[in-house]
Amino acid sequence: MTAATRPTSRWPSSRRVPPSTMLGIAGLAAFAVVLEVLPRLLQLPSNVLPPLSSILSALAGELRTVAFWQAVQDTVVQWALGLSIAVAAGASVGVLIGSVPVLRRATASTIEFLRPIPSVALVPLAVLLFGTQLRSALLLIIYASFWQVLVQTMYGVVDVDPVADQTARSYGLGRWARVRYVVWPTAMPYLATGVRLAASVALILAITAELVIGSPGLGQEINAAQSGGATALAYGLILVTGIFGLVVNVGVRTLERRVLSWHVSVRGEVTQ
Amino acid sequence: MTRILPRAAQAVALPIVLLAIWWWTSASSDSFYFPPLSQIVSTFPETWLTGGSHSRLVTDVLPSLARLLVGYTSAVVLGTAAGLLIGSSPTLRGLTEPVLEIFRAIPPPATVPLLVALAGIDNLMKVLVIVFGCVWPILLNTVAGVRAVDPMLTDTARSYRINGLSGIRYLVLRSASPQIMTGMRQGLSIAIILMVISEMFAASNGLGFTVVQFQRTFAVPEMWTGIIVLGLLGVTLSLAFQAAERRLLRWYFGLRQAHRQE
Repeated sequence: MTAATRPTSRWPSSRRVPPSTMLGIAGLAAFAVVLEVLPRLLQLPSNVLPPLSSILSALAGELRTVAFWQAVQDTVVQWALGLSIAVAAGASVGVLIGSVPVLRRATASTIEFLRPIPSVALVPLAVLLFGTQLRSALLLIIYASFWQVLVQTMYGVVDVDPVADQTARSYGLGRWARVRYVVWPTAMPYLATGVRLAASVALILAITAELVIGSPGLGQEINAAQSGGATALAYGLILVTGIFGLVVNVGVRTLERRVLSWHVSVRGEVTQ
Repeated sequence: MTRILPRAAQAVALPIVLLAIWWWTSASSDSFYFPPLSQIVSTFPETWLTGGSHSRLVTDVLPSLARLLVGYTSAVVLGTAAGLLIGSSPTLRGLTEPVLEIFRAIPPPATVPLLVALAGIDNLMKVLVIVFGCVWPILLNTVAGVRAVDPMLTDTARSYRINGLSGIRYLVLRSASPQIMTGMRQGLSIAIILMVISEMFAASNGLGFTVVQFQRTFAVPEMWTGIIVLGLLGVTLSLAFQAAERRLLRWYFGLRQAHRQE
């Protein structure tokens, strides 16, 4: 499962710009041209698909407002806070359950049942309990991302090499030392995968909460722009959430490479 | 046979304990938001099942499921087809990769207000929302899977003149299927989220619409039954997916197990 989502791209060792980068830039440019020309050519009404230039100029105007930056900040805070809580809870519970076989067997069915419950099912409860407060969004974000981290951490802890574990035991390492020096390094790559999945799920749920519950943030701004007839701005704000998502994806992948630079999945590519 | 019993006991023990705790702690509950579990259970049949063809099971759950199925299937077909095309041409892959990464990074709920304005609030909008949301993980995983086809197998297939459609069917799709299934699993959970959101946002029927309606009218026990229905739906779909995956990828899981035992 994890092998499927591990980074597989190989950078050539030379310092020249790889041809795939040039192709990518060409692709982006072509896409931008299509977005600019197509609406004009087909004479699409501006409430369907405005040309890229008017989307960007609407966005540029928005960048100068305080409300926009407030919304960005609200979304970032919700996302970061929810994700951190979910990762801390998921990793610690995962190590605990994963390393005690009795606990693992006893909780397996419960986890398999609770995990696929869509966290949007909790929207009405969140609205009744917390209204549009931050806690409402946090409830949804944490519920959705907790399971991703928990399950990956458990896989990782179970994957410990029995020879390494027995070696550690015969050198007299205690329970905590084994968790620190044997279990933790084994579980790290799995945890990283869990965090990567959780980071994008957390963003989806943050936008959901803003859209459906009305917590302050980018989702609410998109809704307000759309219902106020500012379609170009709505497109611009969607682009902003896309850039945020891209920064999250690239950021998490870079962090993963740094933290796991010693691990085969990352190291192997460099020496090739 | 003797080992099946304790295993079954282990599987049901904790859920029973948790349900019992919920039942007993909520039994004398006078909190408005957390009604006794007994009350939730007793309102369940009249809320969802009674009324024959006018019951909410028929008027709300089935339309939701139909939209989910149509949207998800379209996304799977589209994503796999486009993924096969893009994955088998390095130039096309280079050209489209950054654009696809941007589309994948857009949180799908962000597009809901726009799609509502474009396609109205009927079935088309909800299907579009689902397709737009879950096509990206399927597409990108297919691309990655097609790219990772063993070159030895490609050469063998070529020297046996297995190419064209049968090449895609017996070589490319087969080799990429574990990756495609990974994408489909990610897509399915996104599809469920989007089905509910699109109905909560703008709809006149459906599961999401009904549950929010209960919440707005402060019909709290009914709202809880709705949460339970949504949860059961998520669990059932996930179990169905796992069963399908085990069947389709039997060769792959077997292969992996054989590698481990070496």
